[in-house]
Amino acid sequence: MNLNPAIPRDLLLSLLPELVLTGWALVLLLFVAWRHRTVWDLRIAGWLTLLALVSTAVAIWWLWWNRAGVRGVVSMIAADDFRWVADWVFVGAAALTVLISFTYLERERLLAPEYHVLLLLGTLGMMLMAAGADLIVIFLALELMSVAVYVLAGFDRRRARSAEAALKYFLLGAFASGFLLYGIALVYGATGTTNLVLIGARLSIAMRASAMLLAGLALLIVGFGFKIAAVPFHMWAPDVYDGAPTPVTAFMATGVKAAAFAALFRVMYQAFAAVPAWHDIMWWLAVITMIGGNLFALGQRSLKRMLAYSSVAHAGYLLVAVTAGGVAGTSAFLVYIVAYTLMSLGAFAVLIAKGRAGESDVTIDDLSGLAARRPWLAFALAVCMLSLLGFPGTAGFIGKWYILIAATSAGQNTLAAILVLTSVVSAGYYLPVIMAMYMKPEPIEAAHVDVCLDRWGRAAVAAVVVGLLLFGVWPNRLFDLARAAGDSVHAGGTTTAAP
Amino acid sequence: MQPYIQFLMLLGMAVIAGTTMIVASHFLGPRRPTEVKERPYESGMPPLGSAHERFSVKFYLVAVLFILFDIETVFLIPWAVIFMGTGTLTTGFLLVEMLVFMLILFVGYVYVWKRGAFQWD
Repeated sequence: MNLNPAIPRDLLLSLLPELVLTGWALVLLLFVAWRHRTVWDLRIAGWLTLLALVSTAVAIWWLWWNRAGVRGVVSMIAADDFRWVADWVFVGAAALTVLISFTYLERERLLAPEYHVLLLLGTLGMMLMAAGADLIVIFLALELMSVAVYVLAGFDRRRARSAEAALKYFLLGAFASGFLLYGIALVYGATGTTNLVLIGARLSIAMRASAMLLAGLALLIVGFGFKIAAVPFHMWAPDVYDGAPTPVTAFMATGVKAAAFAALFRVMYQAFAAVPAWHDIMWWLAVITMIGGNLFALGQRSLKRMLAYSSVAHAGYLLVAVTAGGVAGTSAFLVYIVAYTLMSLGAFAVLIAKGRAGESDVTIDDLSGLAARRPWLAFALAVCMLSLLGFPGTAGFIGKWYILIAATSAGQNTLAAILVLTSVVSAGYYLPVIMAMYMKPEPIEAAHVDVCLDRWGRAAVAAVVVGLLLFGVWPNRLFDLARAAGDSVHAGGTTTAAP
Repeated sequence: MQPYIQFLMLLGMAVIAGTTMIVASHFLGPRRPTEVKERPYESGMPPLGSAHERFSVKFYLVAVLFILFDIETVFLIPWAVIFMGTGTLTTGFLLVEMLVFMLILFVGYVYVWKRGAFQWD
């Protein structure tokens, strides 16, 4: 199904998942306007959110099944396999976040169903970011996502740490948006368009990149660097991830990061494929992010903070995929982001189960003896940790292996070597979690009595573990999907344009 | 210089209109000054004292809501210009798009109304 966005009907069809999600968000907002007092209101809002995400996923599936695509025309909206796969990741991350939020919100007495509306709007922003084929669309979508997530970060407004996280995230996020917008303005000044495909076409016939373009490109990279929390733009990440409510942290570490990377891929490879300068910048960003993230994570005792730094480290691995580029790099990114979303959300889900009301810090030693009391929960966390480490048999290994292949086939052997070495370093903070759970005794009798998940949380953790092990031993289906998506980004960009 | 003539005319008209109104009301209007009226206007708050004092977050809420619905109005104007200018087959689509935009804002309006954001106390 080839869509021409100049025709209103086709434009609406190409935005079908976003429209479905918008409609649901509005319905939910009206529901919340009348019902926002009791626990049941919160639960019903949560179920409606799940319904909304499922129907959005069906809309995405329908477009994917019909091979919907915007081909051969210049448009503000891209419709290709890359977008559908990325959308599934966002919707999946949002759905898992909703599942692990039920217990958490009731335990912390955050009885405001607006939480779910903001979650839906944030997801909408992410989907539009992956869909944007124009710098303006990408910027607006980024703001839609960011504003929703700023509020979510400060959702526990009575707690000072949460308010601090929201303010920090808001100020630095606004700063990063400023960089991004200035970059867009300079790129527009240098090329005369904000459309990614047209920029790509104009740059491919230009003899050499102008200083204005390079400055704009640098500012764009700084803006995206903030959003993906790459070292040295990661300063906000530990404090914000630590202070935000745990399900929101999970959502930020997975969905927001995935969306920023998806947009980064599209911008770099559709617009700036002809400019070699950014490869060097990405190379260095990837190296210092991998080294920095892993070294900082080594020193953490708090599990949440450790996961925050681990998320920085994983941004580094994903940057290797960006640097490697090509179809292999893009599909490696998609495989890895699926694995990362699952394992990171799983780890946060177990953290929620272990946490107590008032959000006291859970240190790694607090998990001592968990395996004896709660064997399934400990098993789930162990699988997530091994997957984050990149242990064979888990999806994390498959993802890393795929990134390594993409990097070496692109001639980036040094980068691949650093990835392997830093992964070895990461064992220094992932394995102590497993050791504490399985090899240390309970510190006091009945230390883990109140550790439990409700049935929704259990469903989320079970889905994560099954997904990680399934993709770990049988990744073919995921590979095929990712490869088709990678093809679509690179084929779509270069052939269509008329400057 | 040529493209800026209209802008300069607009600027000139703004200055003339503003000056005329201030000067005319100064000469034509009745003046019965009291002590309160003579103070500099500062949104109903006492104008003297430290500016670094805490004030109610409600001001902020009202300001944000004002900006939201103000921008909606501003956004309608360029839309209207384009709407009147095209007159082709996409007119219906343009109209529906704006109606959807208004609907989304209206839902937001209902939400803030029901949650009591317009009530001061």
